[in-house]
Amino acid sequence: MTRRPIIEAYGIHKHFGQLHVLKGVDLVVAERELVFLIGPSGSGKSTLLRCLNRLEEPSSGTIVVDGIDLLDRRTDINKARQRIGMVFQSFNLFPHMTALGNITLALRKVLGLSRAEAEARGRAALDRVHLSDRADHYPSQLSGGQQQRVAIARAIALEPRVMLFDEPTSALDPELVGGVLAVMRELREDGMTMVVVSHEMGFARAAADRVLFMDNGLVVEEGTPEEIFGAPRHERTRAFISQIERH
Amino acid sequence: MTAWERFADSFFNARVAAEYLPKIIDGFWLTVVLALSIVVSGLAAGLLLALVRSLGVRPLNWLIIFVVDLFRALPPLVIITLLFFGLPAAGMELSGFASTWLALSLVLMAFSEEIFWAGITSVPKGQWEAARSTGLTFLQTLRLVVLPQAIRLTIPPLTNRTIAITKGTALASVVAVQEILGAANAGVSFSFNPTPLTLGALAYLVLFIPVVVFGRWVETRFAWRR
Repeated sequence: MTRRPIIEAYGIHKHFGQLHVLKGVDLVVAERELVFLIGPSGSGKSTLLRCLNRLEEPSSGTIVVDGIDLLDRRTDINKARQRIGMVFQSFNLFPHMTALGNITLALRKVLGLSRAEAEARGRAALDRVHLSDRADHYPSQLSGGQQQRVAIARAIALEPRVMLFDEPTSALDPELVGGVLAVMRELREDGMTMVVVSHEMGFARAAADRVLFMDNGLVVEEGTPEEIFGAPRHERTRAFISQIERH
Repeated sequence: MTAWERFADSFFNARVAAEYLPKIIDGFWLTVVLALSIVVSGLAAGLLLALVRSLGVRPLNWLIIFVVDLFRALPPLVIITLLFFGLPAAGMELSGFASTWLALSLVLMAFSEEIFWAGITSVPKGQWEAARSTGLTFLQTLRLVVLPQAIRLTIPPLTNRTIAITKGTALASVVAVQEILGAANAGVSFSFNPTPLTLGALAYLVLFIPVVVFGRWVETRFAWRR
């Protein structure tokens, strides 16, 4: 990989009380790369993802994103987070604001844009997720797939350098998954660096540069989608892949 | 005199009513001022305590919980009399009005803190995470994302509790405040006729029926837009 790394995480450990969830994980992601994290529930993949914008505080290790040392006490984490977009399994749209309001909140309050500037940028972001006609709808008036696309628009409106996706399609009805994946694919084509926790193998095969299989707090195996899904080397990877293929 | 005439003469005596109506009206306005001061200071203090509690500083939270439980457990009348009759012994004098205002504000603070706190904790963690992930600070998230949702959830219980506690302004009659009940009681003593109490009850209805209706309106107004 000749492109420069934009995420460099080394030796990440995370304890929840007695529970040792991450046991020394390294993750280096190059600019414009799309990395998939897969693994059984409890393997630590979501925790690792959440460490990358410090929603979860690692017990030890170093994380540098776009040149910013996230775990340095002097780092302004709120500033760093502007460069790291995140999309959640349960969308987490603010129910008391319209789609546009959800997007413009951080533009106004974090970036300090005027209402007009924020709305122009918010509408552009909604356009990118093909929901320009839903700007004034409240989240409860949108389908799950539309809500998730608004959530993606909320993140990309801040023009982040990296996007983190935490199981973005697992709360969706099957017929709504396609629209969200299509938007993610367009992001990818626009050159966004993405780290995705998901079991959408079709999408991974089509779009991912690399797939990491995690189990029990460690990265067991990594490789291209063809390698991981087609010819997994480790017993545990094989067992996991055959299990999700049956679904 | 028939039984009915005796009853009407006691409770609906026009002469007595005309004589004591001005006093009851004065008492009405005093009750309004007292109730409004209690609502403003009690709710503000309750919200402030709930916000401080959301910062999650352990020793501070223990103190808040202790204070809140104390004022939820004590009968309001006990607090009023303690402040009015007890404080002078310690060299501090509070008027009956001030004692009632302070006591009921503390009680409303205690109950509303619990209600606000329940509202804040009922906002899903994902809301905090989504807001923080866009770079909003803790306080911005609290103010712009969590509180608007929490307060909507708290409107119905808060309205009920506020009405219940402001009706406690009648307790001020015990410490010689001429609010509605105090004025009515005085009227009864002077006229040897309970008609002023009828006027008092009417005054309470005039005051609180709009409040109850307003509470209902606020509840529908703050319901989720769907």
